[in-house]
Amino acid sequence: MDVTFTKEDLVFRDEVREFFATEYDFSMAGSLNLATISDGECYKDAIVKWQKKLHAKGWIAPSWPVEYGGAGWSVTQKFIFETERGAAGIPAVIPFGISMVAPVIYTFGNEEQKKKFLPRILSSDDWWCQGYSEPGAGSDLAALSTSADLVDGEYLVNGHKIWTSYAQYADWIFCLVRTSKETRKQQGISFLLIDMKTPGISIKPIVTIDGRHHLNEVMFEDVRVPVENLIGEQDKGWTYAKALLAHERTGMAEVADSKRAFSELKERAKYEVNGGRAMIDDPLFQMRMSDVETELMALEYTELRVLAAMAEGGTPGPESSLLKIKGTEITQAIQELQLQLVAYYGGGIPSNVQKDGCGHAFAEEARCGYLFGRAATIYGGSNEVQRNVIAKMVLGV
Amino acid sequence: MNFQLSDEQAMLKDSVARYVKDQYNFDTRKKIISSEKGMSTESWAIFSDLGWLSIPFSEHYGGYGGGNEDIAVIMEELGKGIVVEPFVPTILLFGGLLSHCGPNDIAADLIPKIIEGHCLGAFAYLERQSRFEIADMKTTAIHSKKGWCINGSKSVVLNGSNATHIIVAARTSGGQYDLSGISLFMVDADTRGISILPYGMMDGHKAANINFDDVKIPADALLGNLDEGMRIVEKIMPQVLIGLCAEAIGIMAVLNEATVAYTKTRHQFGVPISSFQALQHRMVDTFMAAEQARSMVYRALCAFGEGNLDDENERMRSLHAMKISVAKSSKLIGEEAIQIHGGMGMTDELNIGHYVKRLMTINLMFGDGDYHQRRFNKISYQAA
Repeated sequence: MDVTFTKEDLVFRDEVREFFATEYDFSMAGSLNLATISDGECYKDAIVKWQKKLHAKGWIAPSWPVEYGGAGWSVTQKFIFETERGAAGIPAVIPFGISMVAPVIYTFGNEEQKKKFLPRILSSDDWWCQGYSEPGAGSDLAALSTSADLVDGEYLVNGHKIWTSYAQYADWIFCLVRTSKETRKQQGISFLLIDMKTPGISIKPIVTIDGRHHLNEVMFEDVRVPVENLIGEQDKGWTYAKALLAHERTGMAEVADSKRAFSELKERAKYEVNGGRAMIDDPLFQMRMSDVETELMALEYTELRVLAAMAEGGTPGPESSLLKIKGTEITQAIQELQLQLVAYYGGGIPSNVQKDGCGHAFAEEARCGYLFGRAATIYGGSNEVQRNVIAKMVLGV
Repeated sequence: MNFQLSDEQAMLKDSVARYVKDQYNFDTRKKIISSEKGMSTESWAIFSDLGWLSIPFSEHYGGYGGGNEDIAVIMEELGKGIVVEPFVPTILLFGGLLSHCGPNDIAADLIPKIIEGHCLGAFAYLERQSRFEIADMKTTAIHSKKGWCINGSKSVVLNGSNATHIIVAARTSGGQYDLSGISLFMVDADTRGISILPYGMMDGHKAANINFDDVKIPADALLGNLDEGMRIVEKIMPQVLIGLCAEAIGIMAVLNEATVAYTKTRHQFGVPISSFQALQHRMVDTFMAAEQARSMVYRALCAFGEGNLDDENERMRSLHAMKISVAKSSKLIGEEAIQIHGGMGMTDELNIGHYVKRLMTINLMFGDGDYHQRRFNKISYQAA
């Protein structure tokens, strides 16, 4: 049992560090912080610019099969890359294209679809968003009712998607739509790719409790979609989406980002004081910090165990639900401590006159991080749904 | 990156698992506990025959030369049967100290006897006031021309009533709380002046309070350097804690499995209670707690593995974090196992409570979760 790096691994680590240090524009870090995002276009430009650099290096989609543009890395290399990315404070790649729709396309799509979509996902020329949830279909996703009816060789799409992250930037949306009402609700669903410029699509922003615009409603009114945009067979979309959900969840442990966030917390706790004593020296705050840090140390190894099992040829199974649950709980726990650290100052909202709120360096980030962070245990299958999955698949109850 | 057992380790695991399954069922264990000795000499002889008692000792003394991983493999499987034979006090504590006090005649004499199963050991370190600070020690050893004279009282000496030999920690200099000034001595259990007051622990293991009243022992009974006993104790702690935590993850696995199985067979309101989401989610939480604790044991194994981590601070953080994690997970899993078993979980007849009581004692050995969390905080969080 060991997690030692080989000589080659260490060379790779140096290469990753070197690349991050020279290519990542650290002056853009502010624009790339989703928690405090103020100018959406500026954010989009910055993240796309960075992703194009990763693409040029061949590192944008390391987990893809090599034939489609994957990096062919070992599990250890992926771990090293993620660890270094997190340590450097560099945001993860936007998942909707690279990790969500692309695996569906290269696994279940036809040759034309692969040729048409994969290169533009790799190059970040297309921004994707996910059209799954509906007002009447949240945890019970299969209850979705957005319809796609074949009319004159095209799908006519009508319906209402909701909680669509960053649809305001998107060029394409991948949707689960109902193509049949006759059978079991899971069986009449299809996986459809839709150009966001198609007439009949409208977007309505949803402002969240952090006061920002991350989410949207997307309405479809007689939207005409060519049949070529159907993935795989009609009515089989549920199977395709489900097969890839495990992929989505493994990415949700966010260990590298949590490690970064925790070391930031520790650093800040040295300078936030109460009665002249640094918060990091407060025994109660220390206990709260180590409650979180020890869970994170365990999760890091739980993730390594899952990755090692995958490297042995296994696919991520129900244990990926564990990573999602624990990962999001830890993310939130760190955000809670950040908020505790900024105390009353965290309540101040920036105004035109006082641009940084009450004049506290990270109050804004802590408040918004905490508030928007509540979403983590709701999205991607709420943590309650993840518990249902483990109960059924692992415990067999 | 590798979390797999070697072929030898897989065989060892299989050997212990098979023994526990075939020869150490809950009724057998009950009989052993209610016997006068509170352990089975037959079982101990089998452990010796199967080579388990030789695992951590160097080939030089006829041992297997195994490491922390091998110990973890054995302990996890012993945990699944809540085996009460004195593997921890004799092999990990007594044997560990003997192995780490430098080459000496006592080790050369006793280690082969331990391996053969003829020497049972105990480590007398705890006193009524010391709780988790082992260095808080009033027992004294006074030097004279003839050797050493030991006076004091030790509490909860594991295997104290069955041990043929006892390593006793006593103050040879310094004040009551000083880390230095403690020395380790080897004494025969039947030496004049030693009185042993045996009792059973809630986990079925045997312990004793031991009084040392002018116990005279020869000069060469000193183990290792004078006044530096705590260093030897610190050296064996990683293996002792990893072993105990590995035992705990074996117990957690049994508890979780038994609890899930019970909910599938227990019917109320006309359905198996496993169909209730209120119980399902709690059993998922106990499943996750067990996985997290297991990851922490693996993390500690990697940290103390050869060539893995040079950073002493990070090693100790991993060790403390493991004990913290195991303490929290054990508490959740133990309490939920009793709760979900309902009235049956409360009975002495069912095995569940006995597994829980072993988890409870493991958590208290060499520092509870809070103790280790304070230590973890101390080396992790500093303003300057």
